[in-house]
Amino acid sequence: MEIKVVKDILGANEQIAQKNRQLFDSHHVFVVNVMSSPGAGKTSLILETIKRLKGKTRVGVVEGDISSSLDAEAIGKEGVPVVQINTGGECHLDANMTSSALPSVPLKDIELLLIENVGNLVCPAEFTLGENIRVLISSTPEGDDKPFKYPLMFHQADAVLINKVDLLPYLKFDVDAFSKTIRGINQKVKVFPISCTTGEGIDQWVSWLFDQMKKG
Amino acid sequence: MHELSITQSMLDLVLGEAEKAEAESVAKINLVIGEMTGVVGQCVQFYFDFLSKGTAAEGALLNFKVTPTTAKCRHCAKKFELGEFDWTCPYCKGNNIEIVGGKELFVESIEVE
Ligand SMILES: Nc1nc2c(ncn2[C@@H]2O[C@H](COP(=O)(O)OP(=O)(O)O)[C@@H](O)[C@H]2O)c(=O)[nH]1
Ligand SMILES: [Mg+2]
Ligand SMILES: [Zn+2]
Ligand SMILES: [Zn+2]
Repeated sequence: MEIKVVKDILGANEQIAQKNRQLFDSHHVFVVNVMSSPGAGKTSLILETIKRLKGKTRVGVVEGDISSSLDAEAIGKEGVPVVQINTGGECHLDANMTSSALPSVPLKDIELLLIENVGNLVCPAEFTLGENIRVLISSTPEGDDKPFKYPLMFHQADAVLINKVDLLPYLKFDVDAFSKTIRGINQKVKVFPISCTTGEGIDQWVSWLFDQMKKG
Repeated sequence: MHELSITQSMLDLVLGEAEKAEAESVAKINLVIGEMTGVVGQCVQFYFDFLSKGTAAEGALLNFKVTPTTAKCRHCAKKFELGEFDWTCPYCKGNNIEIVGGKELFVESIEVE
């Protein structure tokens, strides 16, 4: 006997993500899912963002990157609450892992939650966590052909940050062509060329983020 | 590697449906997988053989329908498959396109006994 099913394989993840989202909304916490390949600059961006928002917004961080607990320590030094998720070697965060970390996150005391996803450009695209926006960091040394290799990631991002633009003089990376390629398949995307090292473009990114928060 | 969690979710879904139908065993699972998801059928098969042991779906045949990454031009409205390194419309050369296929990841149907 054949049974028609037509159900999303990741439907269960989606349901948990929606519950997470309800919890965030009820605490008026705006949530950002930060994704990139390893070493593109997720932790650096989170640190720079926290510094710029000091005194303006109370920030919390969920650290899902397995590469090191040093990340969590560096963020902790900035005086913001940080919760490390033990992914057990998984290559992405999912809604359930996020949900189990939430009891340790002081949602009552924060307005912005930055989640550092596992360094990977494939699977984090499939697993929503309950975030308000998805931010993708693509760094210049990775090359400007990344959108062609990971179209889903670029298609779904609300913002793409081109990090390490301080290295542009040494690389073949066409910022305009790269931006145009992404905008071709993603009409809503904001593209910010930034450098976490020199601080270039960070103010523009943070001010956009601040606007998104106000919009809710 | 994300095939492991995807396969587990798929198996849970299939076993739930089989139970609802009061089926004894699952003989075949028809899956639709979009090319953009990067999900590799062979990996799903590998994890499935392992995860389904001792369940009603043990030994079920997995059938994959892979859907290509398909775009629709926002200018001339024609549909085409996205090229590997060229995302312009082959008909009008426009580059404002909408992705209309290739993101699928679902269980289409199952055959139970
Ligand atoms: N030159 C340069 N290096 C950077 C920049 N941002 C981050 N890095 C370096 O890139 C490496 C990886 O950064 P990290 O933030 O840990 O990446 P993550 O793995 O995505 O969290 C570190 O050595 C950073 O100092 C940048 O804008 N320019
Ligand atoms: Mg990191
Ligand atoms: Zn994964
Ligand atoms: Zn066209």
